[in-house]
Amino acid sequence: MPIDEKIVKKIATLSRITISENEITKLSAELNSIIKWVEQLNEIDTTEILPMTSSVNNTLYLRKDVVSDGNIVDDILLNAPMTEDGFFLVPKVIE
Amino acid sequence: MIDIKNLNLKQIRDGLQNKSFTALEITESYLGEIDKAKELNAFITVTSDKAIFMAKESDKRISRNESRDLEGIPISIKDLYCTKNIKTTAGSKILKNFIPTYESTITNNLWSDGCVMLGKLNNDEFAMGSSNETSYFGPSINPWKRKNEDTPLVPGGSSGGSAVAVSGSLSAATTATDTGGSIRQPASFTGTVGIKATYGRCSRWGVVAFASSLDQAGPITKTVVDSAIMLRSMAGFDSKDSTSIDLPVPNYETNINKNIKGKRIGIPKEYKIKGLDSDIENNWVDGINWLKSEGAEIIDISLPHTKYALPAYYIIAPAEASSNLARYDGVRYGERVHRKDLDQMYSDSRSDGFGEEVRRRILMGTYVLSAGYYDAYYLKAQKIRKLISNDFDNAFNIVDAILTPTTPTTAFNVGKKFDDPVTMYLNDMLTVPVNMAGLPAISIPSGFDKDGLPMGLQLIGKRFGEDNLFSLASVIEDCRGTFSNPTQWWIEK
Repeated sequence: MPIDEKIVKKIATLSRITISENEITKLSAELNSIIKWVEQLNEIDTTEILPMTSSVNNTLYLRKDVVSDGNIVDDILLNAPMTEDGFFLVPKVIE
Repeated sequence: MIDIKNLNLKQIRDGLQNKSFTALEITESYLGEIDKAKELNAFITVTSDKAIFMAKESDKRISRNESRDLEGIPISIKDLYCTKNIKTTAGSKILKNFIPTYESTITNNLWSDGCVMLGKLNNDEFAMGSSNETSYFGPSINPWKRKNEDTPLVPGGSSGGSAVAVSGSLSAATTATDTGGSIRQPASFTGTVGIKATYGRCSRWGVVAFASSLDQAGPITKTVVDSAIMLRSMAGFDSKDSTSIDLPVPNYETNINKNIKGKRIGIPKEYKIKGLDSDIENNWVDGINWLKSEGAEIIDISLPHTKYALPAYYIIAPAEASSNLARYDGVRYGERVHRKDLDQMYSDSRSDGFGEEVRRRILMGTYVLSAGYYDAYYLKAQKIRKLISNDFDNAFNIVDAILTPTTPTTAFNVGKKFDDPVTMYLNDMLTVPVNMAGLPAISIPSGFDKDGLPMGLQLIGKRFGEDNLFSLASVIEDCRGTFSNPTQWWIEK
């Protein structure tokens, strides 16, 4: 199914990326060229194949449940564009 | 000033230990060269003061006979590795002022072994690119040029700055990362050695994430032994990375020039792709003959799903990227575009902060993960990935390593127009399958094409078989003969 302009707008919204009206046609063409190319994967029958989820056989290990970090509020806020009284500041969300 | 152009990392290590020069002298020599090489645009940040401070500390240790393994060796770091109190941009506008308050595990390992930091290196934005041209800070330029031509060439990507800094003798070694070929392709384009370690060998902690199931680190160096020395310091188990593997790291240096008699080398027929440059194909035959002359057994093999690796990669990598890059929301870190509405603030910050290629991949990733398309694309790609990995597993039942070219062509012109994104992606055709399977692979400079540009051969190993790769790579390095440095046109003109 081709990625039409409506779908481009939808995925841009889902991605939280603003795109201008005049970019939509170009993006739609580019994404379609990629999708058309990846569709060659359908040449392979994969009904019996289990998807690969990890490239190494590794059992996740458990770490000791201890506090190893903390009291670094200043570090955490250092790169924030706006802060106040030890909090991140965002535009008002509740009127 | 020391003639650093003709020194590699091992020689610098020896020179420092023999007291032929001090860490401060060698560091100042590199800083001098970096200053003269602005045209190469290899560095995003030069950390001169820190370099001088660290070099003086190393000299103190050397004088007290307390040298660590890499004491006083000046290196540079891809700007994807977080470095404490030093700006880390990932080549992106959205992180142009980001100052990490922590240090990546790998760089921490290198500093603990005594390395001196010269600066942070240019790369494609969030490591998404094959030419270093998607960097917000402009492309890094390849030190190599075609014979009798002045056209600037790309160094490859995404670790373009890392390759340029070694090839142009601006650092003894550099760190890099590889998601689909981002260490090996630039190494091949610049006549340097680049190894991508086995997935899980080097910690990903503190390295800006692109596609977490594919990302892996490695060094870029002038020689194979330098690569072995660097990887030993970088690699190792890290409890902060849940995909890190708890295996001892061998002293890879002991594998250099080891006898390779009886080693079985696979030559996959599927890598003779359409569009493979004829000089590169001939060089591949040279490589086969070199290994054969040292006693290796050459075996023709088949990796039947090779051609599907790249399209599957361009589903999986953008999918993971779209998820990883969701964190750049203009709230906790990164640039913000101020808006009254929260959603508008998110969208405008991301739109303004991300470049064209990154935006395209986020959109692509969001599409393949979105409701109704997940099974058709993402799940399908993960199944194909399994088939690619099985191909390698089957091959490694009969061979010890696989030899292929690293790239289908040598370096191309800066600003070369590709008809569409897919043509650019084809650059990674011979490197991507390795990432899909999580295997280690090394690119070794192996000759020059008719235009005088470096070519590279790729050796692919079994999981955690880096030691074996170093043995075979050192044979290729020996057989190919001395490899000249590029003319320093950025100084001499």
